[in-house]
Amino acid sequence: MFLGLVKPSDGQALVLGVPIGDVNVRRKIGFLPEDFRFYTWLSASELLKLHGRLCGMTKARLRERVPALLDLVGLTPHREKRLREFSKGMLQRIGLAQALIHEPELVFLDEPTSGLDPMGRRLVRDVIRAQRDRGATVFLNSHLLSEVEITCDQVVFIKEGEVVAGHDLRTHPDGEIRVAARVRNVSPKTVAELAQWSTSAQLDGERLTLATRTTAVLPDILRHLVSTGADVFEFTPEKLSLEDLFLKIMGEDRGL
Amino acid sequence: MGAWIMAGVTFREAARRKILWTALLAGSAFLALFGTGMHFQAEHFTRVSLPPFVRYQVLSTMLQVGFYAVDLLAVIMTILTSVDALSGEIASGTIQAIATKPIPRWQVLIGKWMGFAGMAALYVAAMFGGVTAVGYFIGGVLPRHALVGALLVFLECLLVLTITFMFGTWFSTLTNGVIVLGLHGLAFIGGWIEQIGAATDTARLVTVGVVSSLIMPSESVWRRASFEMQSSFARSLRFSPFSEASAPSAPMVGYALAYLLVALIVALYHFHRRDL
Repeated sequence: MFLGLVKPSDGQALVLGVPIGDVNVRRKIGFLPEDFRFYTWLSASELLKLHGRLCGMTKARLRERVPALLDLVGLTPHREKRLREFSKGMLQRIGLAQALIHEPELVFLDEPTSGLDPMGRRLVRDVIRAQRDRGATVFLNSHLLSEVEITCDQVVFIKEGEVVAGHDLRTHPDGEIRVAARVRNVSPKTVAELAQWSTSAQLDGERLTLATRTTAVLPDILRHLVSTGADVFEFTPEKLSLEDLFLKIMGEDRGL
Repeated sequence: MGAWIMAGVTFREAARRKILWTALLAGSAFLALFGTGMHFQAEHFTRVSLPPFVRYQVLSTMLQVGFYAVDLLAVIMTILTSVDALSGEIASGTIQAIATKPIPRWQVLIGKWMGFAGMAALYVAAMFGGVTAVGYFIGGVLPRHALVGALLVFLECLLVLTITFMFGTWFSTLTNGVIVLGLHGLAFIGGWIEQIGAATDTARLVTVGVVSSLIMPSESVWRRASFEMQSSFARSLRFSPFSEASAPSAPMVGYALAYLLVALIVALYHFHRRDL
């Protein structure tokens, strides 16, 4: 909708301060569709030139930019190869390059790592970070939450078209900390006393599960356990993953 | 600017995917066959005693048949090559990467339209030139107004192209092809009904033909083209398929042009409005 592909049924929205649907603002926006398809009879460099020209770039600028982008996405050896000979991963890379050809201020990437091998995923992450470093804003739409966690500063969860939660990965670098411990000789009283540091504590046989707001209290918890005579075999802090947060916010999958 | 880029891409696609070359190769085969036929007919006339007038009329009719085949080929080629241009790209999602670039949607459509129009112009020019050359150099006959005929056939191609584009903004490739070919078929049979009606002075048949031409004026443009190209003698014959009695009027050509423009505006409007 921000790019004018879908018309809004109602309401208004601004993108970069301009009402959506404005054609000129797209000079500042890059987009990689989820299922990127393009004229497979074009070569990689021809594709980038075409997109650059559609973005209003001059030939002189394209002469510099196309080789640089092909290099960035690791496709320089394949620059003259037709896209019909490209693998899914290579198409994702050239799709990413076309989205960045005009050095946009705002970039929308829809599932950019789907179909990529681990090297490709790392490359995409590096490219996104490079965009962030040059001052661009990147919207990464992905179901691969581990990728989002590694790459993004902020995350929002969308359910049935509405933002249901947001999470700033910079402001709360620790997130909610979950600790899994294997212990013996822990009394229910000791478990109850852990509430001064933890938001929850549960003992199930030898397995003690804790949740805290920060890693700073973990030494205190460990000291307290040892001082009350507990035998601690394992004490592993686990950051609550985005996937866990996702499940917590979105609820159980009801097969819908 | 965006429209010109899209026109160039469309043209290049046709060349890269060998559509253009295949069409021109098939056209060359057609011209070779037509030339062979014309050669044998002209050679036969050198061995039999016939008045020059009759000989000229037979070879002129043969030339008209050549133009008729070219018209049919041009229209079918135009539909087949362009039927996937919008609907196919919308269905596959290819259009998304283009439509999100800083060019208005109307330029995307007009650019593609110009690309196909350019190809149709090339095809019609090459085939008309070829048939005219065969007629002149082998048969010794020339059409009356070859250029007017070629321009009218080009108009007919533009008409079916625009209608293909218009329905392409609504329907899938297959449905689009069925609709456009169906409409052209309706115009085709309507045209013949009108000619038979004119030859037999059956007013109701003529009315049916005129109505079909109003629904889809492609065939009437060809009949006007044929009328412009045939000899004065053939024009005056009541039994000729393209005699003066059944030739569409100049206002019908104007109607076809207006039809084309309206179809183009509808295509642009709907392409602008629809979700991609």
